[in-house]
Amino acid sequence: MIPWFWAAAIIFGVGGLWISFFVAPTDAQQGEGYRIIFVHVPASWMSMFIYLVMAFWAGLGLALNTRVSGMMAQALAPTGALMAALSLWTGALWGKPMWGAWWVWDARLTSELILFFLYLGFMALQAAIDDPRRADKAGAILALVGVVNIPIIYFSVKWWNTLHQGSTINLNKAPSMAQTMLWGMLLMALAFWMYSIAVALMRVRAIILERERHTEWVKHAVE
Amino acid sequence: MQWNSVGEFFAMGGYALYVWGSFGACALLMIAEPFLARRRLSDVRKSLARERLADELELQQKNS
Repeated sequence: MIPWFWAAAIIFGVGGLWISFFVAPTDAQQGEGYRIIFVHVPASWMSMFIYLVMAFWAGLGLALNTRVSGMMAQALAPTGALMAALSLWTGALWGKPMWGAWWVWDARLTSELILFFLYLGFMALQAAIDDPRRADKAGAILALVGVVNIPIIYFSVKWWNTLHQGSTINLNKAPSMAQTMLWGMLLMALAFWMYSIAVALMRVRAIILERERHTEWVKHAVE
Repeated sequence: MQWNSVGEFFAMGGYALYVWGSFGACALLMIAEPFLARRRLSDVRKSLARERLADELELQQKNS
């Protein structure tokens, strides 16, 4: 299944990049600098979405005591951290020419930074506890407490007066951007999505083999 | 298409540092991560294969 997700990620990625650079027109206000949004927005979306999925698996593991749930959460964390880091990095590179500052302590930016630290905290906590089952439980509690941060990030541009612009894509009204830009962004988001699934599945395979290495089926699985 | 030359494309209307810095960082990390994940998977597979071989050798010694 993993190769299919890689193939989808590459196809959507190539299409998205083509639109990002060759189809989407120059922005009237931001010139070519706006093209950063084609990676910034998908990375930011994924950083939040992966966290929700990770917290879901962590919560499921805590509630039903299933083994694989904890492994799924553990496999997703590094990819989520990567997306949060990319979101912050590309945001800084956009902020410098557009706002005149790499970083401001704005509600959106600060809550995204907290999200990044939540991922790192989750990974550090899991790594610090030797017994994987206890590590899963401790990580799950951290992940579930951290969920409150997601709506804060999402609604921060509405709740506070922030420098970060409001969302241009809403469910209940037509997006306030050119069609081609929208398509580019959606394709890139799909590519990031497929990428995340593929890399997380790869990692979870490794984690399953590592953790279940003393069971009979793993011994027989590796010929 | 809005680019008249390759140079213009790479200049990104004066935003080259920011645009390429963003796309470059994404490309770098999103190429590195799958390689790391693949290495982790192949490491654990190799170590399992070694363990299995060790078990078999031990069994052979016992039998002989």
